[in-house]
Amino acid sequence: GVGEKDTETLGKFEAENGLWREENPNRHYANNKIKTTKYTLLSFLPKNLFEQFHRFANVYFVFIALLNFVPVVNAFQPELALAPVVFILSVTAIKDLWEDYRRHRSDKEINHMDCLVYSRLERRYVERYWKEVRVGDFIRLRCNEILPADVLLLSSSDPDRLCHIETATLDGETNLKQRQVVRSFFDLVRPLLFYNSIIECEKPNNDLNRFRGYIIHRNGRRDGLYKENLLLRGCTIRNTEEAVGIVIYAGHETKAMLNNNGPRYKRSKLERQMNVDVFWCVIILLVMCLFAAVGHGLWMFQYGDKRPVFDVLSPEGTDLSPILSAIYLFLTMIIVFQVLIPISLFVSIEIVKICQVYFIHQDMDLYDEETDSHLQCRALNITEDLGQMQYIFSDKTGTLTENKMVFRRCTVAGVEYSHDANARRLAMYQEMDSEEEECMSHGGTLTRRDSVTSHQSARVVLRSQSTKSHRRTGSRAEAKRASILSKHTAFSSPMEKDITPDPQLLDKVNECSSQLDFMRFHSQPMSQLPSDLSDIIDFFIALTICNTVVVSSPNQPRQKVRMRFELKSPVKTIEDFIKRFTPSRLTSGSNSSSSSSLITNRSSNRGCSSVLSSPSAESTLTKLDEERPARGLEHAFSPVPPNYEGKTWAAEEGELRYEAESPDEAALVYAARAYKCSLVGRLPDQVTVELPHLGKLSFELLHTLGFDSTRKRMSVVVRHPLTDQITVYTKGADSVIMDLIKPPSTDNSKGKRQRKIVYRTQNYLNLYAADGLRTLCIAKKILTKEEYACWLQRHLEAETAIQGREELLFESALRLETNLQLLGATGIEDRLQDGVPETIASLRKAGLQIWVLTGDKQETAINIAYACKLLEPEEEILTLNADSQEACALLLEESLHYIQAKFLCTSTDQAAKTFHSEFAAFDIYPSSPPSSSSHTSPFTVHRLGLVIDGRTLAYALDKNLEDKFLAVARSCRSVLCCRSTPLQKSMVVKLVRNKLKVMTLAIGDGANDVSMIQVADVGVGISGQEGMQAVMASDFALPRFQYLQKLLLVHGHWCYSRLANMILYFFYKNAMFVALIFWYQFYCGFSGSAMIDQWYLIFFNLMFSAFPQLITGTLDKDVSAETLQQLPQLYMNGQNSEEYKPYMFWMNMIDAFYQSLVCFFLPYFAYADSDVDLFTWGTPITTLALFTILLHLGIETKTWTWMNWASITFSIALFFTVALCYNASCPTCYSPSNPYWTMQRLLQDPLFYMLCVITPLAALLPRYFYRACQGTLFPSPVQVGRQLDKLPSETRRNILSLSRVKVGAQLGPKPPFLSLLKPFPKDYNHKDQKSFSNSKTAQGCQGPVLQMDNVGKSHQKGQSSPLGVTHSKKGLSDPYTFVSTEIDTLPYTKEAPGHTGESQPPSTKDSDCLDKTLDPSDLSLSSWITSTPLLTQGDSVQVTLPPAGGSQCVTYKRNSEETPGLDHTVRPTRRTEEQLANCSKDHSLQTTL
Amino acid sequence: MAKEKANSGPLARRPDNSAFKQQRLPAWSPMLTANTVLPFFYCMAVLCMLLGVWLLVTVQNTQELKLDYTEAGTCNACFAKRENASNALQPCNCTVVFPIEKAFKGNVFFYYGLRNFHQNLRRYMDSRDDAQMVGRKKNLKSPSTYCEPFEKDENGLPIAPCGAVANSIFNDSFTLVYHGSKGSTIHVPLYRSGLTWYTDKNIKYRNPKFVVGALQEYPNAFAGTAKPLYWHKPVYELDPHNPDNNGFINEDLIVWMREAAFPNFKKLYGILNRVSEPFTEGLPVGNYSIEISYNFPVQYFRGRKEVVLTTVTWFGGQNHFLPIAYLVTGGLILLLAVILTVIWWKFGKDGKNMKE
Repeated sequence: GVGEKDTETLGKFEAENGLWREENPNRHYANNKIKTTKYTLLSFLPKNLFEQFHRFANVYFVFIALLNFVPVVNAFQPELALAPVVFILSVTAIKDLWEDYRRHRSDKEINHMDCLVYSRLERRYVERYWKEVRVGDFIRLRCNEILPADVLLLSSSDPDRLCHIETATLDGETNLKQRQVVRSFFDLVRPLLFYNSIIECEKPNNDLNRFRGYIIHRNGRRDGLYKENLLLRGCTIRNTEEAVGIVIYAGHETKAMLNNNGPRYKRSKLERQMNVDVFWCVIILLVMCLFAAVGHGLWMFQYGDKRPVFDVLSPEGTDLSPILSAIYLFLTMIIVFQVLIPISLFVSIEIVKICQVYFIHQDMDLYDEETDSHLQCRALNITEDLGQMQYIFSDKTGTLTENKMVFRRCTVAGVEYSHDANARRLAMYQEMDSEEEECMSHGGTLTRRDSVTSHQSARVVLRSQSTKSHRRTGSRAEAKRASILSKHTAFSSPMEKDITPDPQLLDKVNECSSQLDFMRFHSQPMSQLPSDLSDIIDFFIALTICNTVVVSSPNQPRQKVRMRFELKSPVKTIEDFIKRFTPSRLTSGSNSSSSSSLITNRSSNRGCSSVLSSPSAESTLTKLDEERPARGLEHAFSPVPPNYEGKTWAAEEGELRYEAESPDEAALVYAARAYKCSLVGRLPDQVTVELPHLGKLSFELLHTLGFDSTRKRMSVVVRHPLTDQITVYTKGADSVIMDLIKPPSTDNSKGKRQRKIVYRTQNYLNLYAADGLRTLCIAKKILTKEEYACWLQRHLEAETAIQGREELLFESALRLETNLQLLGATGIEDRLQDGVPETIASLRKAGLQIWVLTGDKQETAINIAYACKLLEPEEEILTLNADSQEACALLLEESLHYIQAKFLCTSTDQAAKTFHSEFAAFDIYPSSPPSSSSHTSPFTVHRLGLVIDGRTLAYALDKNLEDKFLAVARSCRSVLCCRSTPLQKSMVVKLVRNKLKVMTLAIGDGANDVSMIQVADVGVGISGQEGMQAVMASDFALPRFQYLQKLLLVHGHWCYSRLANMILYFFYKNAMFVALIFWYQFYCGFSGSAMIDQWYLIFFNLMFSAFPQLITGTLDKDVSAETLQQLPQLYMNGQNSEEYKPYMFWMNMIDAFYQSLVCFFLPYFAYADSDVDLFTWGTPITTLALFTILLHLGIETKTWTWMNWASITFSIALFFTVALCYNASCPTCYSPSNPYWTMQRLLQDPLFYMLCVITPLAALLPRYFYRACQGTLFPSPVQVGRQLDKLPSETRRNILSLSRVKVGAQLGPKPPFLSLLKPFPKDYNHKDQKSFSNSKTAQGCQGPVLQMDNVGKSHQKGQSSPLGVTHSKKGLSDPYTFVSTEIDTLPYTKEAPGHTGESQPPSTKDSDCLDKTLDPSDLSLSSWITSTPLLTQGDSVQVTLPPAGGSQCVTYKRNSEETPGLDHTVRPTRRTEEQLANCSKDHSLQTTL
Repeated sequence: MAKEKANSGPLARRPDNSAFKQQRLPAWSPMLTANTVLPFFYCMAVLCMLLGVWLLVTVQNTQELKLDYTEAGTCNACFAKRENASNALQPCNCTVVFPIEKAFKGNVFFYYGLRNFHQNLRRYMDSRDDAQMVGRKKNLKSPSTYCEPFEKDENGLPIAPCGAVANSIFNDSFTLVYHGSKGSTIHVPLYRSGLTWYTDKNIKYRNPKFVVGALQEYPNAFAGTAKPLYWHKPVYELDPHNPDNNGFINEDLIVWMREAAFPNFKKLYGILNRVSEPFTEGLPVGNYSIEISYNFPVQYFRGRKEVVLTTVTWFGGQNHFLPIAYLVTGGLILLLAVILTVIWWKFGKDGKNMKE
């Protein structure tokens, strides 16, 4: 609801008495001064300490330090014992202080920015600091100024009462957004000074997209305030000379500040593991202390009543009983052994992580030149989790794909326009790309060069790399140029802009508009236009105007093109409506329109401004006369403002920029422009379109019903200037639009035509989807005035409602968007990003399970999945589409059975058969061709793909079914969830994470991925074009998906192995050091004395041994980056936590135990029976321990840079320097110990040096020997990788290509495609010279879903083409038959949801028609090469090339057979049944064969 | 940040392509496999063996004689006498006779040894005041709390030197007598100074300042303090023969105050003075006796007392452990090297693992 936040009085300052001058009536609201600092000078110490004590370790160490102050238990000089804790605390405090100071400085800077505030005293706007701005102040903003607070827009210099803002700092979206002046201030010249109103609005909240409130005028009238009226702090004013607003929220109450939350803290898996071992350390510590305490008690006890002289009494001079002294001793031992729980561990880990983050930041390979952005680590403490991922959940759009929408093809009125030239154009970009790539890559260069002999074959090469071409947008250079040029305009790379029109359609458009023009000239009613032509023109008009694209011209950046043809603003009230739409007015309007259209220059010569008055110009004029006398008549009559001379117009027209909120919109507008239907101007109340022959037409924009994800469509209500009808244009997802289409009447011809259009369009939609294109349906509806009035009435009510406005508007939109007339559909291509298939392939080889969760429709998603190698052709696909909970349960049950049957029984064929015959509701595509299923290749569980749609997913995520769902899903290699909502995405991630106890990574780019990103262990945002919300929620932000490969495989691996090794080393080091003291207890009556001086004991961890491990923890590389990327299997190392297993902790402990024994007893026996004193004996032990520990690190260090050497040298030097200084400084200061001059004496003692040689040698011998044996006998995969590193690069490449399978086998499931490599050469060599890489690619994009008709096809192929016969024969004899079936692939045969094989009796008439329309595209081979969907197989092209005629005839057949199958896809439920029927039919066929 | 802002341009945020930032620093990455570590193993084995042999030869040239006198010779009676603390003030002397069959060549060191005396107990070790020992007047009057409960006597006078360490000083004294071949008895001359570290004698231990030339200089300096509980005489009368060896800088006190690391330890008592015959070459063969002023009771802690006569090598007293440790380690390394060689021969010779 609306909270009472703001009750303020405007205009009070006019009062003469001065009462309001001193006191702002809104002073009790937060002022605009921001303070993001946590501390003040006074509160810093207590507050910071309090925060630091939230960490348990700190409390523990402080406790121990304080324990030292208790005389009976103290072990060290109390002040000294405080030192490490104080050191750690102060390091953290200084870091906090520095951060806080930085915040303070930036706050100060921001607070002291200037803005213009109305001064009540001086009665003018004066410069003020931001911090002085208060709620209720009037602020004047000029162009390009940044908003200091959340401001309600009250006036704008813009004649449309608009203000444009750029919100890049808030959400990263670079397009301009329009904000409107509050409605009641719309017509005011000087609104502020004469008003006395109260604004009430909701309490401050952080929802950027919500603002509600109302303004109460003095007369009691209430006006609603919406987010369109609010300018948010941090945004920049653009395109508006001046705007005035009143501050609503200031300072910390602004939405921008409320949205500002700091970095996130997560605990990594490694740290969780480590904490377990810290816990073990605590146990060990307690056991040791207990042991010592008991020992001491017994030792005391053995002397009985007679106390020896060395047994000192308590300070009071009384005897301590053995039990009491044991208890005291226990506490003392905790102090002495405190090093076992390393105080510096946590600090060291933090330092190492910060360094790791720094290096990840600095990686050039993760830097994207196009966007000038690099990877951002937003979470600082989970870098090592990157090396342990097991599941990746990925969004599709914008993550796998570029989110650069390119108009690809369309269908209008049931006729398909394949846009071959456009496809060729897109191919050009790819060609440039692949050539560029060729220069860089090594593999396959030779073969490709060979084939660039003729243009034709070059083309073939291009097609043969269909996957490659699919993912590419434009050449890198091109993109770079574009990004520099169009820095400020999103979605406007040349590839997106320059669409080549289909000649046929272009002709039709021209014809149509010339006819229209003719008719207009002769005052004929527009309805006489042939319906297909009118559909075409409507289609393009819809493309042009049904959006929210803002037009700007590039010459004056961000200057809106202002082509105002005077029109009435949108209908805002019912009176307004009645005024404008009463019949009398209308007649006059139409009269004038016809007359004005006569004025229109027919040729629309640009030199003389094309004057086109809209039909309502007359009414506007009359209204203007009434309301706005100020605007002269000349305005109304000369629609083109004087400053827009024809010259400039002509010059600029071609370069208009479209700023769209979504890339689809931009793509459609650019597409329409290619057909000369350009959007030339958009104002809130009108859209101007330039049409060929007709010139500029202005559509009166009555309403815009914006896009929302529930409705999945948007609509505009306009008054058509030519027909003067109120027309609704709707654009939306096919699934929703198709349901809203008016059921065509069956009797008349028009109805039949309509039905045909719907039916055909649906077919094409399916084809588009199968191509992986994004489909949108375009529809229109013509409203009668009565209908409109009726709707408008309720719509206005909804608009003015304050409670539940959104819901009412939603319902209102639903009422309008019914009974539509389908115009056509568009196919927009969203291209795969660079390197996505490779990335997915190598991530998968790395053992990662990849799930794609997308909101797209199933067919599109499946095709993209094939394109990016998420699904492999040899995989079977389980498709789960259920309508109810029960069906879903059944499906899951059967899937489980199927999987078990399939993978447990050897006779897969049988299992599949029984399965098919039994379960009708279950939709399964046997992807492997018959010979392959009889082929005994061992299927792993991973050879399965699961496709599930949103609805089924909703059922599957139910409590009862989730376990089953998981059981099915986890046995599938890849999972594809289509049409899933953001909530479902996060539920899936949560489910997998919690139930399977695996590490999950979610990657996405849009707001719909935010919840998923937050739920996953690691959230990755793509900082792409869709704004910053995903990035804001993420732990890591990547510019591109492909960088995930290096981030995980290289940095993840490194971070994990470095940190794991460092932590293990830390435990070892401390245990080894503490054990030394423990052994000594046996020689000092368990009295807790330590031969290691307290200084060494306390600073050993903190200073002497700290740096080398930090360096190693930061810089060590177990395997080089290249090898890690070439051998993704090495990533499993981290997944299986192989660097840090529980047993390793204990192994390290045992090693520490052994080493400490050596380090203790060698000096012990060497000095036994001598006159050595405690510290003269203890100091060598410290030194030896240091040497041993450092050398141990040396053994574990894999790469030695100069920094490693330097750090070790530094450590040793530091130890000796400190020791020498300490031992020379003061003979009395360090009681109770007094090691004066010890080190100096030692350095003169040869025995010391002799010990220094022998002890580390003996201590490290076992480990060194073990490492050497391991390296020789059973090297871990990582070690093999290291060995490969050492080889020269060429040898390495050879070995890699040979050894891949072996290494893979060693590590886990075989990399899928490798096993297939071998049969290929022998199969293919004779007929093409391509190396495997090509065949591989071809295979990669082969779709098994569509393969069920294999047999039938190859059969037919055999009849039609001799070559085909040989192939199918070969195929049948060869175990790898599917190779031959791939060859036969033809456009649209395979990609269509393929129930082609054995067809139902087709409705011949329809299919004939369709064929006719398809005809042109099939006429020439080269044309269909380019126009085919990008998923077709390269090989198919090569093989079918020679017998062109034959294959073409086959194509024809395919198409004709395919139509009936497509017929069934209109209703999904029916479809599955049909498909199943097809399936089983196919299957029986296969088995008989 | 500032740098980033400075170079604005299309690629302003591109990371530096430096070896460090790209983690491409030139590095040596040793592989721990048999063929890489074998040379090291053999080298170390040989080195250790050689060192071991050398050390062994050196140690063989030293001589050591240990004499447990706790109950030996006539010390029986004294041992029994010291069992009872009430006899503490009664003097008791005894003699132990022993032969030297092989002459001690070179410098001979005379140690007294204690067994099972835990000078390294934490509370015992801490029970001292270093600041008092450097002669600070303030600490002389009010010893540190570490000395408790030995910081003041029952009269409330501060004890100097305070603490349990000083209190429990070893107070036997020895006279070594050489019984020559002609029946003559010669007192073996021992240096009783120069037993301590130079820094101890001159820096760590200082007597409190006193007025030079004043009557009874030392007592004056220690006026107002009490002797430790178990002592027979105050600290300024420790050495009646050498007035400069009194107070805190008494060498026996300093030696005692350097707390031994182990419960069995020896402490230097004197060094053979080789100025006169027949001791210019060391200790000649013959019969010796030690006259002991037997004061220190050991029954309470089941301890033993001994006298040690030894010559030293360049790396300390007679200790066979180090050469043996070298030899054993060298042998172990050699063994492992052989095993590794076998492994290398059988498995790793031609880099078989490369192919895996």
